[in-house]
Parts: sequence; structure tokens; C-alpha cells
Amino acid sequence: MSRRERIWVQLGCIAVSLFMGVPLYLITLAALSSRESLNEFPLPLLPTSLSGETMSTFLKSTGIVGGLVNSLTIGLSTVVLALLLGLPAGYALARYAFRGKDPYQLGLLLTRALPIVVLSVPLGRIFLDVGLYDSTYAVTLLHTALALPTTVLITSAIFLGVSREQEEAAMIFGASPFAAFARIVVPQALPGIAASAMFTFVLSWNEVLGASILTLNRRTLPAQVLATLADSPLAFRFAGGLALVLPALIFIAVARRYLLNMWGTTLR
Amino acid sequence: MAGVTVSNLVKTYPSGSRRATDDVSLEVADGEFLVLVGPSGCGKTTLLRMVAGLEVPDSGTVTIGGRDVTRLPARERGLSMVFQSYAIFPHLRVRDNIGFGLRMRKIDKATITERVERAADLLDLTDYLDRYPAQLSGGQRQRVAVARAIAVDADVLLMDEPLSNLDALLRMQFRAELKKIVARLGTTTLYVTHDQAEAMSLGDRVAVLRDGKIIQAGAPMEVYDEPSDRFVGGFLGAPPMNFFDAVVQDGRLVVGDVSLEAPERLASWPDKKVTVGIRAENVAVDRPGLSGEVEVAEPTGAAVLLTVRWAGGELKIQAGAGFRAAAGDRVDFHFPGTGLRFFDPETGLAL
Repeated sequence: MSRRERIWVQLGCIAVSLFMGVPLYLITLAALSSRESLNEFPLPLLPTSLSGETMSTFLKSTGIVGGLVNSLTIGLSTVVLALLLGLPAGYALARYAFRGKDPYQLGLLLTRALPIVVLSVPLGRIFLDVGLYDSTYAVTLLHTALALPTTVLITSAIFLGVSREQEEAAMIFGASPFAAFARIVVPQALPGIAASAMFTFVLSWNEVLGASILTLNRRTLPAQVLATLADSPLAFRFAGGLALVLPALIFIAVARRYLLNMWGTTLR
Repeated sequence: MAGVTVSNLVKTYPSGSRRATDDVSLEVADGEFLVLVGPSGCGKTTLLRMVAGLEVPDSGTVTIGGRDVTRLPARERGLSMVFQSYAIFPHLRVRDNIGFGLRMRKIDKATITERVERAADLLDLTDYLDRYPAQLSGGQRQRVAVARAIAVDADVLLMDEPLSNLDALLRMQFRAELKKIVARLGTTTLYVTHDQAEAMSLGDRVAVLRDGKIIQAGAPMEVYDEPSDRFVGGFLGAPPMNFFDAVVQDGRLVVGDVSLEAPERLASWPDKKVTVGIRAENVAVDRPGLSGEVEVAEPTGAAVLLTVRWAGGELKIQAGAGFRAAAGDRVDFHFPGTGLRFFDPETGLAL
């Protein structure tokens, strides 16, 4: 690559970073500033008047902490459930040839073609009948269903990257099929599993429509914020924005560790 | 230690209509090094995988050390294996790779350390025990795969083209080393390769396969010298055996317009066609008798390989290193009676 090309690549990277970073910075700044400073003109771009007042008001208002707990519960259970169901499916897709494999893969993606609204109303009706309505389980189930296709496809792609011969070698040297999977395949597939977990968590964290329809009192944080947003002061909205972004960012930061190479090589 | 007996193994893959192995029976004695050799698609790897327990035969049995293991999973057969792609585990250090089989067998830590170090020492890996496979060269990775296989002290060692991913020089070096190590261990070994030179140099015995069947099995030089089938003569050896058609007439072999003296044993084959085979090194060059025009002369260092046009076909002749010839020269040669092999032109079987 020539020097000039490198500069362009650098500039491109900086532009993308700014595009992502600046709004995050502004939201954080506004959420951590005092209520009055928000009305100043021109708006100070450096943290000059820091105060925890806005955040603490936001956190104290009804339903916010509860919503945060609900969102975390649902997000993490969705990740666990989606992996529990999706990993075996992804493995089967990667390792075995079976009739209807291609239509199956296509069908997986088709489930995402249904709008959540269309799904949620009949689901709400079913959950009412079985007594799951207005519970974190209901939302977890919905989010798991939404996340499964990507979990299956991402993990099957990553399982393809671990050669079958390695599993066979493990079995020759005394491992049961499950032990070969757990000791040889899973450690190597961790980056892909982390990526799909990340994706699932963020999907669940951000999903608001289904969560609003399926719950009344056990709202997730986005659903809660959405419900109260219209009649909230400006500062409250910024605080809500930060509270929505932060946990997802933290989860990504933690899971990212597994995305990067761990043994001095990247998994191809 | 244990011998391996394979009886009437049949395997057809769901995708193929042809049998991958067609009623194969084979006996490997305790401590013997047997090489399965054949062109790609001949069923040699399938056969090995059925012995390993990675493939289930349609019918037939596999016996290891007198125990019928046909229905047992791989881990209960007491064998170890070296794979073509090495199949070492990239997320484990060399030490843990070599010790994997021992750890799965729940052997105590001290013994594992000791046996891992012994295996590493045998394969010159002692300095690399704490590295990850990605930090090793291809040759070293292959050594790790072999060390892992011998560390478990299995009754039977299986190898599936273990040298085919190495470059030519490394392959030659490692071949000799492998032979030395396996001889020292005395493990019953089943070795698959498509490389006839590897088969000849390694095996106590060589079994040549084609189309899912064993065509001939025997000591390397015996199979090389006395091929039971035209295919075996053409497959083993570089260059392959020369073949030409002849007719037996009045105790003479007639090839085109040349007539040679026919050996006694062809007397029972009067006035019939016969395929004659002779190895390049068995043609006596610079002797009066026959002659042909040199098309190509290839000095290989230790010898000169001549391609000679003779009797309407090509003949490969191996001459001594000092032999001087160029394309277009005429060369005299002679077929010693002991070097000639005869095959039925219809079945390809040796007469």
C-alpha cells in the first residue's frame, strides 16, 4: 500500500470512529451535566459543569431500576437460551449432510422476515392463555426466537472452521463425542460464540416493540423509557440514552476479549 | 501389543455407487509395519478409518489383538493415529497436545509429564513443549502429531498419509526417522500412502490396493520384483515397469519385427499374445542385441534415465551415471532373461 493510500485508510477510520463516537460523547456529556448547563448557548463541548444530579433523578424515577434489572435478566437469559438451542443446531448444520439442509438454512432466515408486531399480538394471546403474560420469561422466549437464526448461522460457520479430523483425533485418543466437542471444538469456536452472544444480547437489549406488547408491569428498560419519554424533560431523555447505551457497551467490551485471537493466531 | 485382522470388509459410501472397499481381508501380524498403497480413491483410507473406528463397515469384521472391535467406538479400540492434516489442537500447547491421549485416559500427572517428555525427546521437540502449534513449522507440527500418537503407547498405530504435507526434502528425512522410531517401539503399524517410494522404503510388508481390493501383498522387494498383476508393476517403482506386447512363436518371443529368446515357462503359452514387462534398471545397456533411438536422456545424478523408441513404443532404460547419450543417438541394449516378467494381456495377471 502506498503512503497516500494509507493516509486515506486512516482518514476513513477516523471518520467512522467519529461518526460512532461523537453522539455517544454528547449523550454522556449531557447526562452527566447539570440540568441548567443543557440550556446554555453555545453548548459547552468539554465537561465543565459535571454533576450526578440528572442521572440520580433518572435512576430514582419509578420503574427505571426495575426496568434495568428486567432488561439484564432477559438479555442474559436470552443469550444462554439461544446458545443452548443454537449451538447444537449450528453444529449439526456444520457437520452433517441431511435432506433439506439448504431450505432449512433459508427458512431460518425467513423467520426474521416476519415483523415483530405481527408476531407479538398472537404471542401475547398465547402467553395470556398459559399464564406467561407480563413476565420476563415471555420476553426471553420472544427474544430467543428472534436471536436463534443468527446464532445458528454464525456458530455453524465457525464450527466449519474447526476441522472434523481434530474431533476424530480427540476420539481416537480417548474422548467421547461430547468430550471432543467440549474440549476441542468449543474452545476454538469461542470467538464465534462470543460474537453471536454479543449480537444476541444487543438484539435483546434494543428490542422494544415485542417487549412493550408482552409486558405491563415488568417492562424492560427501553420499553420503560419509551413509555415515559414523551412527557419527560430533556435531561431525563439524555440520562435514559446513556443508561440504554452503557450496559450494551460493557457487555461488548467484555465479550470482545474472546473475539480476538487467543493463541497467537486468528481462526480462519 | 496386538495384531490386526480385517475380514471381508465391505463399505459403500451413501454418495457413491461403487464399493469403497470390496470384501477386503488382511492380516497384520503383531509388531509388523504394513503399508497400504494405491492410487487415490482405491479405498486405502476408508480401510484405515474402519480399523480406527471412524467409519462403520457395511459388513465384515475388524479384530485387534483377538478382540472383535467392529462395533466399538474409536476410543475403546486401544489404538492411536497420525492424520494427514496433523489434526493437532491449535488451542493447546505442544505439551498438552502430546499428553492429550494420556489425560483422557486419566493417567496420573507425574506419569503424563514423564511420558510426554520421553515422546518429545524421541522427536526432538523438547525445546518446543511450551509453544502453541501456530508457532511451529509444518515439519514440527508433524512431529507433534507423531509424538502424540506414540505417547499413548497404544497397541496399534495407524498413519494416514502422514508425510504428504511435507516438502520433498523433509519427507525423505522424516521417513527414515519414522522408520527408526517405529522399529524401536515395535508397535503394530498400519500406514496408508499413495507414494510408492514411501511404501517400498517403510513397510515390512506392502499391500497394493486398487478399486477397493487388495491386488497383492508381500515384502516390498517381492512385490516390486514379482508383481502379481500388471497394475502393480506399473504402480510401484519410478519409472514404472516397461510393458510391451509380444507373441510366443516356436519358443521365441516376437515383438514387431524383432524376435527374442523366450524362457522355458512360456512353453505352456504357445502362439498366444503376452504382455512383457521389464524394469528400467534391468535392461542391460551398451550390450549388442537390440537397438533403438534415444528420445530423451535425463541424468538424475546417480543414473541416467533414457527414453528409447523401440518396436513401436517407448522404453525407459536406466543406464549408469557415466553413460553419455543425447537425443537422436542410437543405443544398443539387451533384455536379460531374469529381468523379464510376463502377464496375460486380457486379465493383467502374471503368468
